[in-house]
Amino acid sequence: MDILNALAVLLNFLVIPALAYGSQLALGALGVTLIYGVLRFSNFAHGELMAFGTMTTILVMWLLQSAGISGGFLPTALIAMPVGILVAVLLALGTDRLVYKFYRKQKSPPVIFLIGSLAVMFFYNGLIRFVIGPDDQNVADGARFIFTAGDFKKWSGLAEGIAFRTTQGISIVVAILCVAALFWFLNKTKTGKSMRAYSDNENLALLSGVNPEKVVVIAWVLAASLATIAGTMYGMDKTFKPFIYLQLLLPIFASAIVGGLGSPIGAVVGGFIIAFSEIAVTFAYKKVIGYLTPGDWVPDGLIQLLSTDYKFAVSFAILVVVLLVRPTGIFKGQTI
Amino acid sequence: MSFLLGKNMTGGYGSTDILHDCTIGVEQGEIAVVVGPNGAGKSTAMKAVFGMLNIREGQVTMDGEDITALTPQARVQKGMGFVPQTHNVFTSMSVEENLEMGAFIRNDDFSGTLAQVFDLFPILKEKRNQPAGELSGGQRQQVAVGRALMTQPKVLMLDEPTAGVSPIVMDELFDRIIEIARTGIAILMVEQNAKQALNIADKGYVLAQGKNLYTDTGEALLADPDVRKAFLGG
Ligand SMILES: Nc1ncnc2c1ncn2[C@@H]1O[C@H](COP(=O)(O)OP(=O)(O)OP(=O)(O)O)[C@@H](O)[C@H]1O
Ligand SMILES: [Mg+2]
Repeated sequence: MDILNALAVLLNFLVIPALAYGSQLALGALGVTLIYGVLRFSNFAHGELMAFGTMTTILVMWLLQSAGISGGFLPTALIAMPVGILVAVLLALGTDRLVYKFYRKQKSPPVIFLIGSLAVMFFYNGLIRFVIGPDDQNVADGARFIFTAGDFKKWSGLAEGIAFRTTQGISIVVAILCVAALFWFLNKTKTGKSMRAYSDNENLALLSGVNPEKVVVIAWVLAASLATIAGTMYGMDKTFKPFIYLQLLLPIFASAIVGGLGSPIGAVVGGFIIAFSEIAVTFAYKKVIGYLTPGDWVPDGLIQLLSTDYKFAVSFAILVVVLLVRPTGIFKGQTI
Repeated sequence: MSFLLGKNMTGGYGSTDILHDCTIGVEQGEIAVVVGPNGAGKSTAMKAVFGMLNIREGQVTMDGEDITALTPQARVQKGMGFVPQTHNVFTSMSVEENLEMGAFIRNDDFSGTLAQVFDLFPILKEKRNQPAGELSGGQRQQVAVGRALMTQPKVLMLDEPTAGVSPIVMDELFDRIIEIARTGIAILMVEQNAKQALNIADKGYVLAQGKNLYTDTGEALLADPDVRKAFLGG
């Protein structure tokens, strides 16, 4: 029995990665949920919006790097991100003007918006491949670790190490900051409250003098900012590849739906539920069980519920169960 | 000419007209009540006066000014407040936030008005932090009326404020409405409890099939044997 080493393995390979991945999913799901709450449709182009914002961030990062500017200990992408956010916001607002505004005037049903967002998704997708190509790009520079497995072993004297990568730490901290700022905005400011009111009861918000076009603009600004931040965090932590963001759409929507579409708290909680489930189900428990059981009890094989190749099946399964058992999600979605 | 007047209004939601040459209006400091059977077009007439549907003919004037072409938001700015028949509170927001949303167009300090609304409806002060969706029907109606009062309107339009409310609370709500009217606000309301409503009304309108059947003082309508027989249950 060696509980401490078992815990170290769990922390290193399950808890820390899931916290970082959950932070990224939460940021992505928040954007999806905001758009759903205000514009009342599932924006399938959100993954590509993330990719676009991240791509712009990378282009600016290259520019900075070639000018000899770097973030030092921190990734240079963090300095480039504000520009990425700005350009992504402009793209989202431009798209709204050209595409969604038309359907709003027509008072189209949500499914038309949804199909429209699919078209937008393909357009963004092509645009991104045209500009940066389909290949992997490295987004993270600066210090790789806050502390390494070796540091930890020396400090604790355990056989198992715990490593904490800089990008994981940044993902978690940035997510906390963004979520806190967003909740402050929605609950404490007049504009934020008017957004919640519009999401709750559009007609009554109009009767109270709320300008719907202004609410829509703010929703896109927030969604595009969150998308760029989420995309950059993911890109730094893993890698940037346009195709990956399309795949991320499933866990992101699963997060938003599990939490309750339209509910910001739900999006955050849903993000962590999906991240922890995905990693816990594909985690190889062999080592942990080895530490927790005496001697030769450990069976052969990795003791893994599902191979990592099937990690997306986890989101999918959770999604199906939630839609069957509690379609409104944990926090009863529909409104911000 | 009335302070607020929807005159000879004809129109509806789509191609078919719901209102036919319908006229309703109210004076400052007075209460006007619209009664009539279900589907008579009472709510439609209110929405027409508030600019929530297009009328083909007729016009809406306030204080002598033609406001027919204004959007609902612009009418709020002009001093009109409206409490719709259904979905009249923000269910996911707290009572206090509902009232704050009522004051959305105001840039001055509205804490005085908030205190007045809490004086008028003390229960709302007690429940100020509770989501409006968790209130009882009667309490919700109070939130809805309170929200509309937050803009300090000159005219308050209420569509069945006592719907689903017990007789005791109904009397209380009517008392509050009289109080509001005494402050000089014009009140135009639709009511299903026709007798009690006409009792406190300065003016009454009986609508049926989108037309004015009777228009008179509340007292006179209550005394009219035809109106009593057809609409007030004898
Ligand atoms: N949004 C709408 N779209 C189309 N037709 C409508 C709409 N709302 C109401 N109508 C129609 O207009 C007519 C009048 O409805 P209205 O709601 O004005 O009646 P009402 O007098 O308020 O009735 P109640 O006492 O039941 O509230 C009805 O025949 C109804 O079917
Ligand atoms: Mg009605």
